[in-house]
This record gives sequence, C-alpha cells and structure tokens, in this order.
Amino acid sequence: MMQPQEIKQLIENGLPDCHAQVDGDGRHFQATVVTPAFEAKAPLARHRLVYSVLEDHIHSDELHALSMRTLTPEQWQKEQG
Amino acid sequence: MDEVQEAIKKQVDSHPVILFMKGTPQFPQCGFSMKASQALAGCEADFAYVNVLEDERIRQGIKDFGNWPTIPQLYVNGELVGGCDIILEMYESGDLEQLVRNAGAAQGSGA
Repeated sequence: MMQPQEIKQLIENGLPDCHAQVDGDGRHFQATVVTPAFEAKAPLARHRLVYSVLEDHIHSDELHALSMRTLTPEQWQKEQG
Repeated sequence: MDEVQEAIKKQVDSHPVILFMKGTPQFPQCGFSMKASQALAGCEADFAYVNVLEDERIRQGIKDFGNWPTIPQLYVNGELVGGCDIILEMYESGDLEQLVRNAGAAQGSGA
C-alpha cells in the first residue's frame, strides 16, 4: 500500500520546482500539484506529466486512483488570495 | 495495430462523443465513472459508452490506445479529452457542454 508521503515525494522529485500536497487512504488519493512545468499546457498535458512520474506504480495497480488538480505557481498564488 | 486496438479505434471513430467507463451510466461500477457519466448526462447531449468491465482486453487496450493509464476516458471527435478530473473541471466551466454539443452529439449517437 502506498502512503501519501511517498506519492508526494515521487511527484516533487519528478517535476521541476514542484510542490505537491497529497491525501489518501492507501488506494485512492487526491493531489494538488504546483509546478512551472505546467505553464502553457492544457489539463490533458498536465495530467500526463504527473502520470509519467508515477507510471510504474499506476501500471502495477499499486496506485489505483489519483484525482488531481494541476496548477502553475501563478494559479496557485491567485487561489491563495 | 492489433485486433483490440482496431476495435477501439472503430468505436472512437464512429461516435463523436464516447465514454469508456466501468459499468454503465445507469449502473456505474466506480465512483469516477459515475461522476464522469453524470457530467455528460448533465450536458443534455447524447453520448455513447463502452463498459470496459465487459471485456478485459478493452479494459487494458484503452489504456494503451490513448496512452492514458486510468478509466474513465472521454473521446470527442476521435480525440482523448481526459479522465474524470478533466471532465468535471470542463463541466464546471461550461466547456464540456460546448464541446459535446459541437461534436454533433445532439443528433444522437447512443450506443
């Protein structure tokens, strides 16, 4: 079973200047991912980037479901008000 | 291209709006598939669907087809739109309704 902390590290190590917040119960996870790598990318491409660093764990079904929000640092700042 | 990939391509090409999901819109077998099909239904446009649980080869094959590791997956006019998160995001913003209506789904394409 994967821990949210493990997924957070995989995402943050895999993407440049990335901050991730991950919650979950070991099977289903929710992540908010913030990185400048998302700039000028559509949601589909952003999700593909995150999937790419988690690929092995998804294919093995160790990571069954990950719901995610993908934001650029600018979008994130705006949300914080 | 193998048989399964060809079968998927045929389905995607012959339906302007098609959702690959676990279960059916009436009896979804997964929370994510349920939310995705509800969002599409909320757009008041017809859409086709494939229950991937009925065929293990499609269940695996659809992941390779669009190079997308999870289900549900929405295709509009032959192109992958995304999974559950993207579908819901687009539904909230109104983009989904516009997309599926412009896809000619209003003319009816139910599977």
